[in-house]
Amino acid sequence: MSFDNAYEAITEENSSRWAFGTGFEDPLSGVDTTIPDGVDAAELAAYCLMLGDDALVFSHRLQQWCTNAPELEDEVALANIGLDLLGQARLLLARAGRAEGGEHGEDYYAFFRDEHEFRNVRLAELERGDFGELTARLLVLSTWRLALLHRLTGSRDPVLSAIAAKGVKEVTYHRDYAAQWTVRLGDGTDYSHERMTEGLATVWPYVDELFTPHPVELSLARAGVGVDPSRTRGEFDDVIGQVLGAATLTLPEVPSVPGVSGRAGRDGVHTEAMGYLLAELQSVARAHPEATW
Amino acid sequence: MSSEWPLYEVFVRGKRGLNHVHVGSLHAADDEMALHHARDLYTRRNEGVSIWVVKAADITASSPDEKDPFFAPSGDKVYRHPTFYDIPDDVPHM
Repeated sequence: MSFDNAYEAITEENSSRWAFGTGFEDPLSGVDTTIPDGVDAAELAAYCLMLGDDALVFSHRLQQWCTNAPELEDEVALANIGLDLLGQARLLLARAGRAEGGEHGEDYYAFFRDEHEFRNVRLAELERGDFGELTARLLVLSTWRLALLHRLTGSRDPVLSAIAAKGVKEVTYHRDYAAQWTVRLGDGTDYSHERMTEGLATVWPYVDELFTPHPVELSLARAGVGVDPSRTRGEFDDVIGQVLGAATLTLPEVPSVPGVSGRAGRDGVHTEAMGYLLAELQSVARAHPEATW
Repeated sequence: MSSEWPLYEVFVRGKRGLNHVHVGSLHAADDEMALHHARDLYTRRNEGVSIWVVKAADITASSPDEKDPFFAPSGDKVYRHPTFYDIPDDVPHM
């Protein structure tokens, strides 16, 4: 073996494929995809869209940081996180399609639904802010999602359980990344502290929505398939409190942004940012609906 | 104070119990950030199971100017290679 090329030396058994490792895992390999007894398929599909849309929409916001991040290294880190979430979204949207009878694939749900059919929480869709806002949003969303995914690994649906097990490893890193930057900025200079404080104040009005359960979430939680998000609030507050403490930051005192007549992202009621986001996300697929790439 | 983060060199060990191998460099504010950046930049394609990072400034390297005094004298000492004796047939892995 030659050690002249670093990658050749560290990849296994396929030195002809430069820079690619081996041993990739299919998260759904060997998983039974039939719907468990006593579970409403329409509810399961809606639930998968909720978790899938959170990932898809926030992934899109993270992708918008490409060419805009403060350092090349962080740009790649953010792209990695966006790709992790996109991977979770693909599995969840595909699961929704199967639960709805197999008529539609993942692309249909990503590209051919309209705004009111998207079930993501509003925090995922907010307009891209500065790096402080991104750090705050990533900290909040990944802390919340990790708490959800941890519980979902015990789901009675083997597909959700497998997707969650894959996601836990990914989102643990996302939370760690966000926590490290929160501490760096919060406990950094006066100026970085101020920007981080502003970032938190921007995202915090949308935090209560994360813990407001939708009837579908409650129903599936009772069936042992889904998670009631309100049950994760304690863990969320503990983690956020710990990170903000290390970062010499305090919780912002800002009022929540209510939904419309009690309806918010999970019901398909979104902020103004959502329409623009979808226009960008969907325009190519809609202009060339038969295209493959 | 320089406005640019210091340069780090990154070493990654693959799965087969090989040595850590130099794979490239990156910029980071401190050691911990360098380790995270190395994970994000150099193990995206499943290359590694262990990472070392070290500040480039902390590496002492031989200089190209010293190439001859450093390396040329070993060029003609063929007797330093263990090839001048017979290996018994029952010695494996030689």
